Amino acid sequence: MAIAGRKTVGRVGFGLGLGLLMAPTVFFFYWMISLSLKTDVDNLAYPPVLLPRTLTLSNYAYVFANSHFVRFAVNSLVVAVGSTGLALLLGIPAGYGIARSRRYGTALLILVARITPALSYLIPWFILFQQLGLANTYQALILTHLIIGLPLVIWVMLGFFEGVQQELEDAALIDGCTRFGSFLRVAVPLTRPGIVVSGILAFIFSWNNFIFAVVLAGPRLQTLPVAVFSMMSFEQTNWGPLAAAALLITAPVLLLTLTLQRDIVAGLAAGGMKG
Amino acid sequence: MGLWLGRQTYTLMIVPAAVTVLLIIVFPLVYTLWMAVNEYSMGINATPRFLGLANYLQAFRNERFLEAIPRTVYFTVLGVVAPTVIGTVAALAFARQFPGRGLLRTIFSLPMMATPVSIALIWQMMFHPQLGVLNYFLSLIHISPQLWIYSPRSVIPTLAIVETWQWTPFVMLIVLGGLAVLPSEPYEAALIDGASRLQTIRYVTIPLVWPYIMTAILLRSIDALKSFDIIYVMTQGGPGTASETLNIFLYLQAFAFYNIGLSSAVVVIFFLILVAMSIGLLVVRQKTSWQ
Repeated sequence: MAIAGRKTVGRVGFGLGLGLLMAPTVFFFYWMISLSLKTDVDNLAYPPVLLPRTLTLSNYAYVFANSHFVRFAVNSLVVAVGSTGLALLLGIPAGYGIARSRRYGTALLILVARITPALSYLIPWFILFQQLGLANTYQALILTHLIIGLPLVIWVMLGFFEGVQQELEDAALIDGCTRFGSFLRVAVPLTRPGIVVSGILAFIFSWNNFIFAVVLAGPRLQTLPVAVFSMMSFEQTNWGPLAAAALLITAPVLLLTLTLQRDIVAGLAAGGMKG
Repeated sequence: MGLWLGRQTYTLMIVPAAVTVLLIIVFPLVYTLWMAVNEYSMGINATPRFLGLANYLQAFRNERFLEAIPRTVYFTVLGVVAPTVIGTVAALAFARQFPGRGLLRTIFSLPMMATPVSIALIWQMMFHPQLGVLNYFLSLIHISPQLWIYSPRSVIPTLAIVETWQWTPFVMLIVLGGLAVLPSEPYEAALIDGASRLQTIRYVTIPLVWPYIMTAILLRSIDALKSFDIIYVMTQGGPGTASETLNIFLYLQAFAFYNIGLSSAVVVIFFLILVAMSIGLLVVRQKTSWQ
């Protein structure tokens, strides 16, 4: 009886502690959604309206009517897809080559990329792009976003390729496969989960990136985070539309994370990476 | 020839990525070193004049730079300690089996995946001194309203709250990865010795996952030092220069004042600090064979 009682107390305590850990995150996203769905009157009321009685989509309509939201979304998409594609194309073979030839010195370079602040690339890149006439082009943005994606893909894939048993590939080599052939036909299919994870992470970190585009993109080439940042300065306390825009930008990322939760978590833990 | 190609296949597979890395990552760093010793003004096509170490000397005489250093350390300490402590506790919680664990863990990790600009925007609304929901919550427990990011005194701790909220999941994931591969023998021994749950955590679990916690601390230190998006979007270094960390200082010097020589010199100093910290990271990694 006493033991059962203690167990219950322990469970309740654990539940409370867990609730405390989760509360800031749950409330934050609740508040983000609620700001975007509430009327102006409710958003600027004090005390704040915690449980709105009327919900509206007018904030979303406002965002599409008063900004070139679709154009910015296309910009973000082009840059994220372009840089992720390039990162996979270059990074998958490289990760494999490093894993098989054990040239870990190359991996060290990647660590340098992981620690270097983005601004140290940006200053020289900004000058060079201007001299090359590449300033304010998709190419410039895709190249700079490759700085985030490529090391990430190599790093994550390196771990996955190290997990592929050498025997499987030896069998392919004996059957007359070239080394590149055994990479394509044996190693790549076996590491497909790694490719998916690193691709998604590279996409997300490019999509989220602010610092490169804020410097390198002109008004027409702005990506979504930059566009919302510039919206902030003239919308002031027009909270509804700002929250709607903030949510629209981050919704694809949140949905990707929620659907592919386990793979993404595994990839992040493997790489110790972030954008 | 065929044999040579066979052996060199692996090298050839690395070459394209290596060239790209050299071009987009190493070259800019070297170029920065060169710019740091020259007088360089953006937009002017005059040949840069060699200045030697003058840019570095200018940096160390620049009051804004000198003030940014302790400020950055303050922010980094808060932004490392809090996520490490809370993240480790969260990892211990998520290492247990309970219903809904997977979903809750994913929700808990959303802050580190969400778009930083979006996060900053919503936090800014919550920090609003008159209309913000946080001051309302404080009023419920009879705490007077705070100025949060709008006061020079509280701006850094407030930004550290956001940094903590955003990156605690990162620490949680790394430590959770460590907890997943712990051997079971020490626990059986602790059980036999009659250790309580808290004693087991304190004397068995924490020492065993310590290498993972160290890794989290070092990665977090690097990232907190480099923190940019949240600070820039919420305060742009203000009020005044109260939240101007090294990274924000750099950004403003380079792209608001076009002070290229000075900012290049600061980049080099900043980079050296980060390299020193990463050597620590490598040493720890080597000791732990952590993947």
